[in-house]
Amino acid sequence: MGETLGLLAGGLAQAFEPVNFSMIIIGCVLGLLVGAMPGLGSVNGVAILLPITFLVPPTAAIIFLAAIYYGAMYGGAISSITLGIPGASTAVATVFDGRPLAQAGKADKALTAAAMASFIGGTISVVLFTLFAPPLAEFALKFGPAEEFALMVLAFATFIGLGGDDIPKTIFSILIGLVLATIGLDIISGQPRLIFFDVSGFLHGINFLVLAIGIYGIGEMLWTLEQTKGEVTVHNVKLSMKEIIKDIKDVKEYIGTTSLGSTLGYFVGTLPAAGATPASLMSYGLAKTFSKQPETFGKGNVSGVAAPEAANNAASTGSMLPMITLGIPGSPTTAILLGGMIIWGLRPGPLLFTEHPEFVWGLIGSLYVANLATLLINLMFIPVFVKILTLPFTILAPTIYILCVVGGYAPTQTMHDVWLMFLFGVVGYLLRKLNYPVAPAVLAIVLGPLAERSLRQSLLSSQGDPMIFLERPISLVCILIAVALVLVPVYQKMKRKKNAEQSGQEA
Amino acid sequence: MTVRTAEFVMAIVLSLCSIGLMIKSAELNIGWIEGRGPGSGAWPFWLATGMLICCLWTLWRWFRRITPESRNTSLYMSHQTMVIVGTSAGAILFLLAATHWIGLYASLVLFLLFYLKYVGRHTWVLTIVLTIGIPVFIFCLFEWALKIPLPKAITEPLFYPIYDLMYS
Repeated sequence: MGETLGLLAGGLAQAFEPVNFSMIIIGCVLGLLVGAMPGLGSVNGVAILLPITFLVPPTAAIIFLAAIYYGAMYGGAISSITLGIPGASTAVATVFDGRPLAQAGKADKALTAAAMASFIGGTISVVLFTLFAPPLAEFALKFGPAEEFALMVLAFATFIGLGGDDIPKTIFSILIGLVLATIGLDIISGQPRLIFFDVSGFLHGINFLVLAIGIYGIGEMLWTLEQTKGEVTVHNVKLSMKEIIKDIKDVKEYIGTTSLGSTLGYFVGTLPAAGATPASLMSYGLAKTFSKQPETFGKGNVSGVAAPEAANNAASTGSMLPMITLGIPGSPTTAILLGGMIIWGLRPGPLLFTEHPEFVWGLIGSLYVANLATLLINLMFIPVFVKILTLPFTILAPTIYILCVVGGYAPTQTMHDVWLMFLFGVVGYLLRKLNYPVAPAVLAIVLGPLAERSLRQSLLSSQGDPMIFLERPISLVCILIAVALVLVPVYQKMKRKKNAEQSGQEA
Repeated sequence: MTVRTAEFVMAIVLSLCSIGLMIKSAELNIGWIEGRGPGSGAWPFWLATGMLICCLWTLWRWFRRITPESRNTSLYMSHQTMVIVGTSAGAILFLLAATHWIGLYASLVLFLLFYLKYVGRHTWVLTIVLTIGIPVFIFCLFEWALKIPLPKAITEPLFYPIYDLMYS
């Protein structure tokens, strides 16, 4: 424990270094802005802005992206409350009570509660992260290729079991992401593979950013344009220092449910596919269940704003735990962060703690600082962010498209990748309209090379015997959990069918 | 086209893509190579096979009307959606195509002029400020700060004086 505190102190000192601290502030502000924009969330911000991180060292870069992640989680509430449109799916539950509060002229109360709850959620989750990350990383050092592969199977299985989407479409999304990751040179033999029509651009493979920016930049904007038709109505917010202080004092109304929601959110966030959206919905449900006035939920109960906001912030920190310690991202945003780390020459996973402790603890330290910085920036500039929300879509959309185009070009500097990004954006949009989940594809393209390498190494060491995955205890546990996760929706469906038949007979 | 038809067409197209990927993967060794493990094509081949199975599964669910989309007879793309999304996609398509001929910066100017003035109907002052401001910001960020040259095609000579200033 003493050693952890010492390392944490070092991380905090690193977070206050001028470059890192300015990255935290800029990241928080950008994250708040991105999160507040309807239809844009942390994943879009991180994907679109990742290419500009090549400007700074890796530690400052990850701090910048983590700050965007944090800021976006706070910012999502702003549009949920003032526009009634969630900034991202993670802020959907915030709309339930945030919008009625804004309509009743209490937008200030809702926004302050969201900011305070996000801070509580962030703080609790960062403390949990600090406690759990080192032992988990130490445990993960025992992992060989078979365990790594089984863990990835488990990550993909969570998307199938917990994602709640159409099962064949989810599996298709995972598989296409993995196939896209195989394009280029074979990672073991170096042979050219899947070079379509002999186009040389495919030789360097498909950078995960091309898919991520295509789907979360272009595809998402097309989707948002369709959903909103470019028209939004903003509820005005007048906020003075006196009102903020008064609203902050109301924290005692929701501190209990917020703390519970934060802990729940953190653990749900660590599961790939579960993440911040289900965490916030579960936390909302929990707050309603434990409330003395459950009938006021959905009509403007401030706990209904605080609970999901605390959970989605906690979940965002939670999703970083498997990414940093195991190299398995817990959410699409952390998948992009993981891809970024690979670009910067770092290999996420247990060895990161021993090989690059300054990087890991710098990141953890910055999470504490970013959490506080975002709260202060958020409270001070709420009216400014609300004003920016009035920015017409006809200015926002072309700006995002341009950032996507240059962001797609920057990593490899070929127009081939930009065309691919555009194609992925349009196809992703068309698929999304048919309920094909796109997040698993992004996760899969990031994990694809690691999954293939560990599978081939495992099979090579076992002379092609797939039983290796069942003979090693950790791998066996992962595979069994994965199978159980896949069977959960099947079991639930059978149970629902049986119940329906029974109620039909009784009727 | 209705959502129901769209789901069917999409599943067929994706099935064909999966078969194409299987054939392409099979150009390489998809079996076991002694001492080297699975061949280069094995992993993508079996993944593509899985994709094909998922498409066939979706088609079966479509046929049985199990998915919500297979029961949805509303329009996949309304006229309004076609206009909004089509305008954006078309403008980006133009931006990318024009970049090959007149470079990114000149294309950005035309793209912004179209989007801000024609689509957004903003004032000339705002249009001109953003049409000049955004490319300048992109230039400063990518070419100056990040040292990443963006494509300029035939407009390259116009940038020589700026390069002289930057690198002198």
